[in-house]
Amino acid sequence: MVQVIKSQFVALNPVKRTFAVLAVILSLLCVAAAVLIVNELSATNLLDTNLIANKAINTPASGNNSENNSDNISENKSSLKPPNDALQRGAYLAKVGNCAACHTARGGATYAGGKAIATPFGAVYTSNITPDFETGIGHWSVDAFYRALHEGRSADGHLLTPAFPYPNYTHITRADSDDLYTFFMHGVAPVAQVNRAHELPFPFNTQFALAFWRTLFFEKADQNTAKNTINIIAVQAINTPATGQFKSSKTSDEQVQRGAYLVRGLGHCSACHAERNALGASVNNPFSDQFLSGALMPMRDWYAPSLVDKAEAGVTHLPKQDVVNLLKTGIAPNASVLGPMAEVVAGSTQFWTDADLNATATYLQSLPQISAHVDVKSSIKSTTSANVKSQAAHLFRGAELFTQHCATCHGEQGQGMRVEGNVALPALAGNRAITMPNTTNLVRILLAGGYAPSTAGNPRPFGMPPFVHVLNDTDIAAVTTYIRNAWGNQAGAVTATEVVRVRRGVE
Amino acid sequence: MHLALRTIFSLWIAVVTLPMLAQTNVQAPDNMAKRMQACTTCHGAQGITSNQAYFPRIAGKPAGYLFNQLQNFKEGRRHYGLMVVMVEHLSDAYLLDMAQYFANLDLPYQNPAPLKTPASDASLQFGKTLSLQGDKSRNIPACTSCHGAALMGVQPAIPALLGLPRDYLAGQLGAWQTGLRRGHAPDCMGRIAKMLQPTDVDAVANWLASQPVPAYTKAAASLPEPLVEKCGGVK
Repeated sequence: MVQVIKSQFVALNPVKRTFAVLAVILSLLCVAAAVLIVNELSATNLLDTNLIANKAINTPASGNNSENNSDNISENKSSLKPPNDALQRGAYLAKVGNCAACHTARGGATYAGGKAIATPFGAVYTSNITPDFETGIGHWSVDAFYRALHEGRSADGHLLTPAFPYPNYTHITRADSDDLYTFFMHGVAPVAQVNRAHELPFPFNTQFALAFWRTLFFEKADQNTAKNTINIIAVQAINTPATGQFKSSKTSDEQVQRGAYLVRGLGHCSACHAERNALGASVNNPFSDQFLSGALMPMRDWYAPSLVDKAEAGVTHLPKQDVVNLLKTGIAPNASVLGPMAEVVAGSTQFWTDADLNATATYLQSLPQISAHVDVKSSIKSTTSANVKSQAAHLFRGAELFTQHCATCHGEQGQGMRVEGNVALPALAGNRAITMPNTTNLVRILLAGGYAPSTAGNPRPFGMPPFVHVLNDTDIAAVTTYIRNAWGNQAGAVTATEVVRVRRGVE
Repeated sequence: MHLALRTIFSLWIAVVTLPMLAQTNVQAPDNMAKRMQACTTCHGAQGITSNQAYFPRIAGKPAGYLFNQLQNFKEGRRHYGLMVVMVEHLSDAYLLDMAQYFANLDLPYQNPAPLKTPASDASLQFGKTLSLQGDKSRNIPACTSCHGAALMGVQPAIPALLGLPRDYLAGQLGAWQTGLRRGHAPDCMGRIAKMLQPTDVDAVANWLASQPVPAYTKAAASLPEPLVEKCGGVK
């Protein structure tokens, strides 16, 4: 056999011989890729059998859960009283992860799923995670629950779409996963609501596509490696003189670790604050330049600003308490939250403990800063040099509109108004949300308005009216360009074309 | 930017913004009026709109009705995008404050003159009959049987039907027919709207919008008889 192939190969001319070698290499690569993908797919069945076996014989699973062995037996769960502290910890962790935000449809039963998550590949419908036996996760074992978070596989073994942020949740510890399981099994009322099928076209609706995606972009966290990574960051942070925030003390080291765990894991900040590639994968690696460096949220027309850039939402220069307050109440002396971040504060961070908020702020302040800020002067030049006269007219028109519509709340000098030291009506002068390079949020807030969330610390927030029906695209462009360049602000012009794009999403 | 223009503009900005240094910490009026400014671009300066535009007047509407609507937007029984964005992260306690604030605004109707309508006299007459008497053969109650004899609403949760834009009225009836607008179950208005034909909707909306607002504009304290329909929103 080998002899035959060899003689055939020698008989070929050099060009054909090269092609033959290339063909063999390509085939080998294909086989390797296929092995990896099939590995993803076949692991499914093996594990699935294990889980079903576990369930069928009703034995406590693997036993690496030290605290809640009683909960492993899902069938008899209602007769077993869970440890109260595990239940409380689980309830808290569910708030930290903001599970309800996605797993609750507007007006629907909490955690019963059915909310459409628009993705560039089609609508993904969230699942029922109440302990209903038939339609929810009542029949899941504690191991199956951990595997879903850690590996993105459902109890029956099928691969979950990464709209469920398991690239983040893979960092969740087994102990936290078990507490969450206790909460979902014993602290949530079962709701019978059948899951709705995703509206994903071929090939995105196949397990093969998900296996392919996972081969490229997903690596489940090894708990030990994850810890080491966080340790390295912590050490880095403490050794960086620029931040000036840390003494080499044990406390801040633990805080940074806790913060990193929350930000990268349950808090799943990178799901919005990091750019996704063409296949929807985002960076959650703290050593990447793209880690938390800001991104336009797919399908939502909101820009999640960079958390590692002072020109956007980086926090290294701010008092730590301001960061804590913003996450806890939705307002701070110089900032308030709207849009998707209002959802995060309303449903999640307002319930975090002060210790966790402090840890998060400490971690965010420890991140090395990367400036994505474009050269503002050159961008102004490029947008205006074509038609200087109309640009000046644009700015004066903007000033006129500002006086007419904005000044009563934001002040003639863009100084804003406060109540008890916190933002009521935000200052526009020196406001990063106004001047950051991406103008999506600014235009959107002008068009659609909105309120900061009601929180215990700010129960009756102030709001911004919509101007979508009051000002046309040119006027919105004029007034936003004006406020980006008045009172010492300096940023690129906004064009009517940009307004048109955002308006489409609002109307 | 062109150097000369840039200089002029910078100077102008500098002159305008100099006084700012003196007033970096301006206190906002800590009251509901300032908090409710977000509502003004659509619902008018004080919750008053004329009957010429689309947006409904909210000033002086029964508090229970307004609160129900705010909740409906928050919980997915109404779907107007701009309203959903406004209320989705606000607490029920705050929504109740808002409802009471607007309900307590005792302000005159801006444009009590009836709207000119392109509808034919026959259609208007039909709209009037349907609104005031209903249609017993089809089991459709009169508007007045729930919204009050004066059609200016009933405390605590039934809204006025006069003084509203025609397009808004027709839009709401249409939304109820398709299930896009719903109330708390049992959804009385949804059940009634689904019995209406397109010609009924047209006639009723035209007739209601063409009626002058009466001298006494407030909602009636109660109905003379119990509601003919079971309504989840009216407790």
